[in-house]
Amino acid sequence: MAVRVGIAGLGGLGSNIAVMLVRSGFRDLVLVDFDTVAESNLNRQIYFRKHLGIKKTEACSEILKMIDPEIGPVTSDVRLTEQNIPEVFRGCGIVCEALDSPEAKAMLVNTVLTEMPGAYVVSGSGIAGWGCPNDIITKHIFKKLYVCGDGTSDTGDMHAPRVTVCAGHQANLILRLVYGMEDEKIER
Amino acid sequence: MIANGREIKVGAGTTLQEFLVSSGYDPRNVAVELNGRISPRNAFNDVILKNTDSLEIVSFVGGG
Repeated sequence: MAVRVGIAGLGGLGSNIAVMLVRSGFRDLVLVDFDTVAESNLNRQIYFRKHLGIKKTEACSEILKMIDPEIGPVTSDVRLTEQNIPEVFRGCGIVCEALDSPEAKAMLVNTVLTEMPGAYVVSGSGIAGWGCPNDIITKHIFKKLYVCGDGTSDTGDMHAPRVTVCAGHQANLILRLVYGMEDEKIER
Repeated sequence: MIANGREIKVGAGTTLQEFLVSSGYDPRNVAVELNGRISPRNAFNDVILKNTDSLEIVSFVGGG
């Protein structure tokens, strides 16, 4: 797949999205997370017990290479800011928003849309709990912004099924964008 | 003005920041498209809304 895809956050959404994209043939990924793998992540993220305490960028790359040894993802263990986002995601036709706090999500979305003209943002919002998974949908919000999720669920814990449903929406939308099934084609 | 598909009257001189706050949004958690163009967050205080404007607001919730 010729399109470079950035993934901001390698938690429940981002780590699962990365696996789905690699299984779908994506090799040019930029993986960004400043955190390390914690015990509480194992209920929904792709990591294994042996990864506890290891950087998520490192653990995620290791797992992705077990699926496709040819991939060499670009990794960055920085905290994303308005200043570093254009540099970190340089060359990405799509940036996947998979961060945790609403402020960080809004900051990333706003920065990519204003500073990286041409890039699409695929965001996840509203995935907590075990409410009806049919409430999780993909919405085309702005010209270059899609948001997946139910838009409201932020209370309670996060669990693998609903988080993975949303990650599936995000990964599927990326395939649709790349294969030109959504209204516009992606340029690098 | 149209905001998220609904027709709303705005008072003369209302800024985008004021509209967001009075509508219950936290301006730190939103992205806004005004007349089809993304509205930079550092300009929310400078944008004066008009009744001919079309506004799309998305508010993000936590969890990733």
